[in-house]
Amino acid sequence: MRGRVILIRLLSLLRSQLGWVALTVLLGLLTVGSGVGLMFTSAWLITMAALHPSIAVLQVAIVGVRFFGLSRGVFRYLERYVSHKVTFRLLTRLKVWFYDAVEPLSPASMATHRTGDLLSRAVGDIESLESFFVRAVSPPIVALVTLIIMSLFLADFDFSIALLLVGLFLLAGVGIPGLINILSRGYAREMVSARARVQVEFVDGVGGLADLIAFNRQDLIRERMDGHMRRLHAAEWKLNRIQALHHALTILVNQFGLWSVLVLSIALVGRGQLESLYVAALALAALASFEALGPLPEAARKLNASIKAGERIFEVIGEDRQEYLPASTAEISESFSVEISNLWMRYGQADPYVLSDVNLVIPEGGRVAIVGPSGAGKTSLLNCLLRFWEFERGDIRIGGVEIQAWDRQTLRRQTGVVSQDSYTFNASMRENLLLAKPEATQNELEAALHKAQLEALMQSLPQGLDTQVGERGLQLSAGERQRLAIARAFLRNAPLLLLDEATANLDALTERAIMEALFELMEGRTTLMLTHRLVGLEAMDEILVLRAGRVVEWGTHAELVATQGVYYRLWSLQRQMLA
Amino acid sequence: MRLVDHRLIAMLKDHLGLSIVSITLSILGGVLTVIQAYYISRVVARVFLESAPLDNISNFLIIIAVAVFARGVVGYGRELAAKRIALRVKTDLRKRLWGHLMDVSPVRLFRERSGEMATAMTMGLDALEKYFSEYLPGLVMAAVIPLTILAALFPLDTLTGFVLLLTAPLIPLFMLLIGRMADRLTQRQYQLLGRLGAHFLDIIQGLKTLQTLGFSRDQRDVIAQRSDDYGQTTLGVLRVAFLSALTLELLTTLSTAVVAVEIGLRLLYDHLGYQTALFILILAPEYYLPLRTLSSKFHAGMQGFVAANRLFTILGMIGKPPSSPERTADVVRFDETIKFENVHFEFETDRDSVLRGITFEIRKGGVTALVGPSGSGKTTIAYLLLRFVAPVSGLIKIDDQPLSVIPVNTWREQIAWMPQTPYLFQDSVKNNIRIGQPDADMAAVIQAARRAHLHDFIQSMPDGYETLIGERGFRLSAGEAQRLALARAYLKDAPILIMDEPTANLDPDLEDKLAESLREIVVNRTALVIAHRLPTVTHADHIVLLSDGGVTQQGTHVSLMKVDGPYRQLVKAYGGES
Repeated sequence: MRGRVILIRLLSLLRSQLGWVALTVLLGLLTVGSGVGLMFTSAWLITMAALHPSIAVLQVAIVGVRFFGLSRGVFRYLERYVSHKVTFRLLTRLKVWFYDAVEPLSPASMATHRTGDLLSRAVGDIESLESFFVRAVSPPIVALVTLIIMSLFLADFDFSIALLLVGLFLLAGVGIPGLINILSRGYAREMVSARARVQVEFVDGVGGLADLIAFNRQDLIRERMDGHMRRLHAAEWKLNRIQALHHALTILVNQFGLWSVLVLSIALVGRGQLESLYVAALALAALASFEALGPLPEAARKLNASIKAGERIFEVIGEDRQEYLPASTAEISESFSVEISNLWMRYGQADPYVLSDVNLVIPEGGRVAIVGPSGAGKTSLLNCLLRFWEFERGDIRIGGVEIQAWDRQTLRRQTGVVSQDSYTFNASMRENLLLAKPEATQNELEAALHKAQLEALMQSLPQGLDTQVGERGLQLSAGERQRLAIARAFLRNAPLLLLDEATANLDALTERAIMEALFELMEGRTTLMLTHRLVGLEAMDEILVLRAGRVVEWGTHAELVATQGVYYRLWSLQRQMLA
Repeated sequence: MRLVDHRLIAMLKDHLGLSIVSITLSILGGVLTVIQAYYISRVVARVFLESAPLDNISNFLIIIAVAVFARGVVGYGRELAAKRIALRVKTDLRKRLWGHLMDVSPVRLFRERSGEMATAMTMGLDALEKYFSEYLPGLVMAAVIPLTILAALFPLDTLTGFVLLLTAPLIPLFMLLIGRMADRLTQRQYQLLGRLGAHFLDIIQGLKTLQTLGFSRDQRDVIAQRSDDYGQTTLGVLRVAFLSALTLELLTTLSTAVVAVEIGLRLLYDHLGYQTALFILILAPEYYLPLRTLSSKFHAGMQGFVAANRLFTILGMIGKPPSSPERTADVVRFDETIKFENVHFEFETDRDSVLRGITFEIRKGGVTALVGPSGSGKTTIAYLLLRFVAPVSGLIKIDDQPLSVIPVNTWREQIAWMPQTPYLFQDSVKNNIRIGQPDADMAAVIQAARRAHLHDFIQSMPDGYETLIGERGFRLSAGEAQRLALARAYLKDAPILIMDEPTANLDPDLEDKLAESLREIVVNRTALVIAHRLPTVTHADHIVLLSDGGVTQQGTHVSLMKVDGPYRQLVKAYGGES
């Protein structure tokens, strides 16, 4: 995407805050104006005083000096306060806007396209955009309006001084930054790439440190790191030099500005076109107005950074997404059987099918297990059932109603899911539970905890239900997090239950305890269990063995064992040591 | 915070020359400012009072131009010197940190989040660079330039000199006072701010769960609410922080206004000359400018200070590598057993790494399997053997020699380690295998890959052995990564093998292949396997069952199954029986 398009899209986000934005710019102007006013009236005051007029003549100037001396600080304070207020409002808007764009995205697409990482990075980008307005948008506007007002003011004395000021502003505000930009472009790119390399080496170094140490290979990463760091520092040094040059040039333009206004006004005085009274006042006022140029270099940097951040954000949002078909208004049935016939599914037109001709029937209240190694297509089936991804051919009916007719949120609210990667939010236990049923009562919460065998843990926690579970729930053990997900499902009390590798990554004893809770959960619900562990399958009505997207075997546990096929092989492998 | 941090100032010792250059140039800048102001006031006075034409004062105008130009050059030099120092300090520190990191026990790194570490080493160091390139020079200028100006002003006008002298110290004073107030406020709200600030990321990361629950749309309002709360709370803190800016502005502009009125009135009553008055008026803002600039660098100083604390903590935390042996053995002799004798271990508050008096033997040439629920201390035993950590008490013996007397590197030469999730470096497949033996030639790499049943797979990758893997390249599945680690181990060809089995679920065919490879590699080697799949255990020569940091049972599969103990329970649970 072009930088300008991104900029326009970013600016359009400011639209709703236009009043506040205008106020901020106005306050910024008043701050600079007070500085100019202070220097102008001060110089005028002492120049007049040198003529020894009556004190009454000076009175206005004295009041002016005092006023500007006071107003500048007050305006600055107000400007900062208001601009940050805008900033935070903008941040809220940005977050909601981003969420609106991301929320309908299919989690399946996030998983397959590795957008998970991109999403997290985009959140960082959103947060970096918070200062976009204060640092990148407001300063150029303030500088421009300052220039216009100052030129009008100076033109009142002499047109040529106004022209001189315009030239100086252009030089300092456009010319020098442009020159610097050209000078630093190559090095900036070099620095970004070197920095990225160093970051990679670092991540590798820390992440793989144990492996390296175990193999006595610390030197490997150290050498590589040294090389990249040398490159990075060389680029940084060159950029530093250019930055120092930038600052020096800015000082030069400011001070030569003062000098040239001085020379020009003296020449005008000589020609009788300007009263000598104003020489000092004009020169100092011009110098004071350069204050508006101060934040411009930073603004240019911030603008570039914001455009890059915007680019990444729009990229994530524009990520090729699954187009959902609209839900029909058909009546939703009261029964919850699941019928899948001739299902074909793949993630892209060019991709191979991940599910091929899958057939499956779960009567209301029935239990079916799908068994297969990772990559067999179990999760893809789940994606279809939760309408995370639309399938290509075939038919899925829930309670006899075509799944396309179901509203996605309604469908999901009728479904309880316990998966191996249920996310635990950095909040209290209670908040984490309420996600499944926001209106749940204390009694309901306690009942769910009891059924998920979390009661003992609750009693041991200092603040009970209000205990914070930490980032990603890391204050809890893996088994406890899994029980929390089960408690959510109990609370949800949905007629349809999907268990997706609910006991993966748990040790065998914890697994057995969790399975007990799961079997209680299955009571009276239409259940589909996806698993690679052959535990508790005797209690299932039917078992389907899935390999490479196809159902290769089906039947009850006893039937499958008797057939002595793939299932039997897996089962005996697992049990061989019991013999 | 204090105005300066002594640990950071101490770092300047190695850059004394540049520091002197920087300070000298700061003073020179102040002198040039005074010269420029003097000649400007002189020019204006002559034009105004004597109506001097341009020709008569052209010399002065040239002097001013030269002074202006010199100011630019001096400013450039000063900034270069400061940036040079900053970059060198940063480079030194980065090297030190990096070097340190490499000597440290990786176990500590596992506990510290590596992301946080990476932030400290990149953004933290950048913050520190700013401390040296912006904050400290700002501090020097805030001290030097006002002093130079005062020195020029006092002889001319004592009254103004006093006004300036008295107001200047108020600025840093107020800044510090209000800065501390804001700090305290921030600290008080730190947790709240942290939680509110992290809320959005948390929601985004848990989006899939929210979608699954069917409540993702409802989160929109919560996000807006939390974000507004965050803004309100932060603004509350900022309101106080901005007060320092307000005080600063008021002090400097009001002082300038006071000076202007004061000299204007004295001028009116002929107590002061016009040229002097103008000279003072031009210098007054210049006098306050470095102080104001300093306040805008104050934030950089604060962040540098915070970053320094973090970096020094890392340096201190990492500390020294595990204690070196008192007497060292040159040769590793391992003929019979590795013995753990009543080994205790504890790592801070981490309940999962505790060992409470572990005793068992690993026989040369055999496969010893460690079994037990997660958190029972299996991985800690591997770390002890790899000497990532040392026992708190008890002994690990190789035959009759304590492990601690063998030089670490010599010992590690004897071991090939296959962690549960082998780290894949963002490099080619070839180089990833070569971790096992850096100078191995291509033939050896291929042979190792073949023996790990990985060669065919590598051949099918886009660039064969040159294919880049890792975060930005090709992704390997858990089983493939494990076989790559196996290839590393083959290449290293060490007599001892420590292996943490993968828990990920593999296709039965792949599992068979991996199991076959493993059976091959343990031949003629001593192996310690942290077993997550009980099938592996059945083949082990010796099984050690751990729970809660202690050995609860040991023996062979057959002998252990005869007893109705925890092992049999575990096996039954695995097999799916209750």
